[in-house]
Amino acid sequence: MVIQALIFYLFASITVASGVMVIASRNPVHSVLYLILAFFNAAGLFVLIGAEFLAMILVVVYVGAVAVLFLFVVMMLDINFVQLREGFLQYLPIGGLIGLILLVELGLVFGTWVLAADVAQIAALPIPAVDQVTNTEAIGRVMYTKYVYLFQASGLVLLVAMIGAIVLTLRQREGVRKQSIAVQNARRREDVVATVKVPTGGGV
Amino acid sequence: MEALLKEYLPILIFIGVAVGLSLAMVIGSYLVAPQRPDSEKLSAYECGFEAFDDARSQFDVRFYLVAILFIIFDLEVAFLFPWAITLGDIGMFGFWSMVVFLGILTIGFVYEWKKGALEWE
Repeated sequence: MVIQALIFYLFASITVASGVMVIASRNPVHSVLYLILAFFNAAGLFVLIGAEFLAMILVVVYVGAVAVLFLFVVMMLDINFVQLREGFLQYLPIGGLIGLILLVELGLVFGTWVLAADVAQIAALPIPAVDQVTNTEAIGRVMYTKYVYLFQASGLVLLVAMIGAIVLTLRQREGVRKQSIAVQNARRREDVVATVKVPTGGGV
Repeated sequence: MEALLKEYLPILIFIGVAVGLSLAMVIGSYLVAPQRPDSEKLSAYECGFEAFDDARSQFDVRFYLVAILFIIFDLEVAFLFPWAITLGDIGMFGFWSMVVFLGILTIGFVYEWKKGALEWE
């Protein structure tokens, strides 16, 4: 138990520290790398509470795909970051407001947690013990039957994301000659080759 | 819970070894190797061109499109894992709910195929 607590504090402190570095580092590429470190440590925290599936999905989806996408976006933004920083104070009020709202929400969560500790257990499904049912199985037993509407809604969200990405970014480039195998195969010999009888000395 | 975490102990040891080894290499090379830098040693190449441009130039936006499409199908596959191992428990309803989910995403797949988003040109 002591070792478990020590590992928890190790992962948690690295997560918080790398989270601070995400917003504090000057180079945005370094920010993304710190974000990846934070994701890895959050995966470690998930493993510590027995949520194996979420930990693996965090590594596969967030580190493998989302962080790569962030890197793309950061590298695609061809902007001068020194220039960008000049308008920093201008966004202070709205940033402060969002921070305040998040702080109040965190306070509400902690407040209810302290005042009424059993509310969360009423709302949540009883989690089977980890030794009997693995975490992945426990998720699978409820996600496709009890939460079927949310599951289908997530499918629709993915569909909208797919169509949105295509509509926003797909540009057909002009003047590209594509190979169309069907058209090539459909060409008949009679349409394109003609045998011409050429008289001697006459030319074509 | 304890048994579960014991299974992850080798991974933790691996991480510890990896961090320790890489720290030992970096710090060891600082401590042991002689450090006498001069401007020629610090230049990017001993011969050849200096770097003449910033690494940050504008990428083609279709890299981004491919990455987004990859994430979407990555998530689709992630949903398949719990479904596959609980298929015996959730019955026909669970089976068909996943088929509907896959059908929705197949509509998107057909759309992107027909639009030519998968072709690079």
